[in-house]
Amino acid sequence: MDLSYTPAELVFREEVRAFIRDNLPESIRAKAGLSAYYDGSDVRTWHKLLDAKGWAASHWPMEYGGPGWSAVQRYIFMEEILQAPAPEPLSFNINMVGPVVYTFGSPEQKERFLPKIRSLDYWFCQGFSEPGAGSDLAALRTSAVREGDDYVINGQKIWTSTAHDADWMFCLVRTDPSAKKQEGISFVLIDMKTPGVTVRPIITIDGEHHTNEVFLDNVRVPVVNRVGEENKGWDYAKFLLGNERTGIARVGLSKGRLQRARRLAELSEVLDGKLSEDPFFRRRCIELEIELKALEVTALRIIDRQRKRNDGKPDPASSILKLRGAETQQFSAELVAEVAGPLGLAFTHGSKAPWQDLAEDDLTAVLGAVPNYFLSRAATIYGGASEVQKNIISKAILGF
Amino acid sequence: MDFELSSEQSMLKDSVDRLIAQRYTQEARERFKAEAPGWSRDNWQQFADLGLLGLGFDEALGGFGGSMTDTMIVAEAFGGGMVVEPWLGSVVLAGGILRHADFGGREEAVAALAEGSRILALAHEEEGARYLLSRVSAKADKAGSGYVVNGRKINVIAGDSADTLFVTARTGGGVQDEDGISIFAVPKGHPGVTVEPYRSIDGARYAAVTLKGVELPAAALVGAAGEGFPILEKAVGDAIVALCGEAVGLMEAMLKTVVEYLKTRNQFGGPLGRFQALQHRSAEMYVMTEQARSMAIYAAAMASEPDDRERRRAMSFAKVQIGKSLHFVGQYAVQMSGGIGVTEEYIIGQHFKRSTAMERQFGDTDHHLSLIDLLDRRG
Repeated sequence: MDLSYTPAELVFREEVRAFIRDNLPESIRAKAGLSAYYDGSDVRTWHKLLDAKGWAASHWPMEYGGPGWSAVQRYIFMEEILQAPAPEPLSFNINMVGPVVYTFGSPEQKERFLPKIRSLDYWFCQGFSEPGAGSDLAALRTSAVREGDDYVINGQKIWTSTAHDADWMFCLVRTDPSAKKQEGISFVLIDMKTPGVTVRPIITIDGEHHTNEVFLDNVRVPVVNRVGEENKGWDYAKFLLGNERTGIARVGLSKGRLQRARRLAELSEVLDGKLSEDPFFRRRCIELEIELKALEVTALRIIDRQRKRNDGKPDPASSILKLRGAETQQFSAELVAEVAGPLGLAFTHGSKAPWQDLAEDDLTAVLGAVPNYFLSRAATIYGGASEVQKNIISKAILGF
Repeated sequence: MDFELSSEQSMLKDSVDRLIAQRYTQEARERFKAEAPGWSRDNWQQFADLGLLGLGFDEALGGFGGSMTDTMIVAEAFGGGMVVEPWLGSVVLAGGILRHADFGGREEAVAALAEGSRILALAHEEEGARYLLSRVSAKADKAGSGYVVNGRKINVIAGDSADTLFVTARTGGGVQDEDGISIFAVPKGHPGVTVEPYRSIDGARYAAVTLKGVELPAAALVGAAGEGFPILEKAVGDAIVALCGEAVGLMEAMLKTVVEYLKTRNQFGGPLGRFQALQHRSAEMYVMTEQARSMAIYAAAMASEPDDRERRRAMSFAKVQIGKSLHFVGQYAVQMSGGIGVTEEYIIGQHFKRSTAMERQFGDTDHHLSLIDLLDRRG
């Protein structure tokens, strides 16, 4: 048992840190994650810089353009990205659809799609949830009926984040309505420019446009765009959702917020001095720091176990990471919002605030803090709600 | 980075797990508690034979070697069985004084401890000190070439069976100063020393030790005069690592007991375990146990960290997580066991007593949060 990073891993961390420092464009850096949101062009610009360096697809096999990193290196990379903070390589492409295509796709699909998935020339969004299929995803009803060499697809998807930036959508559709609910589903790739695809924004509680409804009205998709076998889509979806979960705790993101909270607290006066000296505030920061340390070690333990088992199957213990990771993201967002205090009540929505006392970086953090807190409430809902994670632990680990 | 046990560590774990499974049924534990010292000398000899009493001591000192990770492995098994023998108090805590102090006769003391012929105890806590480690009001006054010690110590683990007591007393400094604390080795039955045993809430044997005009030669001093605090603090750090290990073992045992109960207890026409509310609570207990395990591993790794502040901070980090996890898992283990959870007879009640004691031993959650803050303020 040895918890320390090797010298080579420490050198690697420095290399990642230096690359981000030297290459992240100033305009993106200024948005600083906490407050302003990255727009689609920010994500694309940074993703392409990472891809040019060979770092966009950190866990892909080298034959498809992965960098050949160890699990610990991948963890370090993600931590540095989140803590910088810089935009993450687009998860839909890198963690989700890419691995499905290289694991289950045809040789033609791999050749056609993988380089563009990796480089973000094809930005993918995820067409899974439907109005009647949230946590119970297998209840989905969007239908795909075969006509010659095409499927004709009709239905509606919801919570389709970044659909307004996306070029493609990977989508679960029902190809056999008579089969049991998990057994009649197929996994297809849909070009967002296809006639009959309509994207309608959903404005989230922070006042921003992150997510959408997508309506599919007689959309014709070539059968060659189905990945894997017909009616086996549920297996691919499970594979996708279980793949590369170790970064899901997003410890680096919460660490960055904790640093920001402590810094802002130094600028904030309370009754008898600075907020940063207040014992209750300090205690909450320390409790968050301890929680993050425990999460970090748990994540590294799960990485280590997966590496040794090496069967590519998801570890149900990674539900701990989603569950507690989402909670700490919420706690850290709330902490920053509380530090912002009354200044955080102004909703400027990207425009200038009428006060000038804070430096620009601190001002953006203050103004973004409460909207960010609002959005953080989604963390325990998306990607398998906390209740679903507890179901997984109950069944797969405790045997209920 | 590697979280896997080495082959030697796996063998150690297997042998200790087997020992506990064979010897430590609930009935046997009650029998051990009823023996004269409050624990079983026979078990102690078994521990000696397995090398557990010399674990964590350099081979050069006559010990069996092994890291704090090995100590944690043994502790986890002991925690699951709620071992009443004073292994943590005698080998890890009082033994920690031997590990971290340099003084004449150390090799002989380690050898005697390792073979099971000598029981050690640390007499440090005092009534007014709460969890503050540097608070020592017992005094050691210089008298000729030696010292005269006066004071009263409480919660001395295995104080009545100890062959040697390590007693902390002040040779200088104010009552809360880290400077000025000295450690003395006091043999069993020494004139002026009164030992009053009592039982702790979790079934262990403690003692109060009163020292009245106790005359000690200069050779009784362990380490340099007035410089005992760093030794004491490191020994308590080691004990925190072991306690973290025991806590993980205990929480595993509680979770296993509760999950089995929920699967077999029938109510409303079927097993209770089919209710999602109870499944989710069990899942939360699992998460708290695993987070505690991570911090136990972290504490064991950090025990040898050369930067003192980082090491102390890490021990407190671990104790906070362990405390919170024990609180959550202990209380819900009782709740989900229903009425039998609050009986003296059922194992969960015994688990809960032990978890409650562990939350407090070597400082509770509030204490360690304050301590981290203090270390941060000192910078």
